[in-house]
Amino acid sequence: MINISLLMIMVATALGLVWLRNLLAVVMFSGIFSLTAASLWVVLGAVDVAFTEASVGAGIATVLGLASLALTRTEHEKRTRVFHLPALIVVLVTGAALIYGTLDMPGWGDPDAPIHTHVAPRYIEDSLAETGVPNIVTSVLASYRGFDTLGETTVIFTAGVGVLVLLGRGRRYPVANPRVAAGGGPGRAPAAPGSEGAAVPGDSGEMRFKAILRVGGKLLIPPILLFAFYTQAHGELGPGGGFQAGVIFASAFILYALLFGVPMARAVAPASVLRGTLALGVLIYAGVGIAGVLLGGNYLDYSVLAHDPVHGQELGIILIELGVGITVASAMMTVFFVFAGQDPQQVD
Amino acid sequence: MVAVLLDGLSWLCLVAGVLAALIGGIGLLRLPDVFSRMHAAGLIDTLAAGLIIVGLVLQSPSWTVAVKLILIIVFILFTSPTATHALARAALHGRVLPWLGDRSSPSEGAPSSKA
Amino acid sequence: MFGFTALGVLLAMALVLVRGLAGPTVYDRILAVNAFGTLTVLLIAVHGFLSGRPDFLDIALVYTLINFIALIAVTKFAKFAHLGGPFEQRSWSDV
Repeated sequence: MINISLLMIMVATALGLVWLRNLLAVVMFSGIFSLTAASLWVVLGAVDVAFTEASVGAGIATVLGLASLALTRTEHEKRTRVFHLPALIVVLVTGAALIYGTLDMPGWGDPDAPIHTHVAPRYIEDSLAETGVPNIVTSVLASYRGFDTLGETTVIFTAGVGVLVLLGRGRRYPVANPRVAAGGGPGRAPAAPGSEGAAVPGDSGEMRFKAILRVGGKLLIPPILLFAFYTQAHGELGPGGGFQAGVIFASAFILYALLFGVPMARAVAPASVLRGTLALGVLIYAGVGIAGVLLGGNYLDYSVLAHDPVHGQELGIILIELGVGITVASAMMTVFFVFAGQDPQQVD
Repeated sequence: MVAVLLDGLSWLCLVAGVLAALIGGIGLLRLPDVFSRMHAAGLIDTLAAGLIIVGLVLQSPSWTVAVKLILIIVFILFTSPTATHALARAALHGRVLPWLGDRSSPSEGAPSSKA
Repeated sequence: MFGFTALGVLLAMALVLVRGLAGPTVYDRILAVNAFGTLTVLLIAVHGFLSGRPDFLDIALVYTLINFIALIAVTKFAKFAHLGGPFEQRSWSDV
């Protein structure tokens, strides 16, 4: 019942996405779509996926979408009235083929389905004894499928590097000097004429009101950071892990940048440090693999890292989760700072 | 006795919370402009969320669950007024004027400058 | 009983979604997204109890925090058409 209602809300959101022409509204609705999708994952019991969807889809994706809207300065999608018959045919044929493909899939919850007979029983029965990690998702991602996750982490690293290479140069604000900015009372500077408009009603107590968002937002930054560490540490026991923790950690900095401007946030997390940590995470991950080779095992075989294979597995998983978290956090921060840090006066 | 009482209290909170959420949803649909709709949204963010969370806290099987629920409501009570306040300021800044009675008809929608 | 609560919350979500689709101003949509986020948090919390596994509240907790960041970003964009305004030029970084 809840499934179907959520699916209907998702369909309504998707139709809304197609129908809306205001791109800002489209970004917001993709956020709503993500929220609904994550609730659906929770209902279906895939809590780790829901966690990722919650932190990435609803938060970071929305923020990055807005940042790219700000960069491209388009707020309305172009209206095309051309009816494109070949495109419609291609879409219909692809859709029909996909639906035809689902006919061969085993029934939902079928115990004889290939996915339940291949490696899943081993993961479910032996992963706790073999890795000492109660959360099967974490042990599969980090240990059994360590190569895949290394690849994914490298993809994120590459994305960060790509954004830096393409957009990282020039046209940026100068980095703020936090002492000057904090002591000089930038918020208390007299209002620039015409910037806010004196005609706006109810704007007289402006200085006092601005403080509400700053203070309210600032109060939330420590809990968010703390929650990121909790997610990182708790990933073995419950939903969470390095990826989610990295995203949440980065979103605290993004909140800071939203409240106080990118230059201030860059003063806290300088580009040089972020470049270093971006590589450091992948380095930790790959280094754990090399360490395994040096200690006489296979690449990414954690069992040789400690005297006891189970302890070795646990140690390896903790280390590579840390590596994933560091790379993801730095990549997200880098992408946001580069996107939002473009000075609009210099973009043209 | 205490258990039954807690149970009843929790159901009462849940029902009242759902009612508040529905009233908030209807208000969000029916009220004439952004500023009045903020009141309806506020009903969802404060009364509905608060009552439902309290109802769940009374049912929670362990103290970690209760603590997490209380954290959730504390965060909601922090974030949502802050965000609404920023939104109201942005709406004023965007030259959306509050709907003042009969001067403009609610059926024509809120006086807006931005679509 | 939890089922009833979940259905009520879902109904409220649908109502809020209609307001988000209808607009008319961008601020109405932001308001709807905010209310939708709160209702999603409630739904996840209630569903935890409904399925007898109320240990997954971490996800609801993440939502409350992340949704706020997204909302601040949207509000800031709606007001300044820009996200990363510097601190010195006062009006930009202020939402």
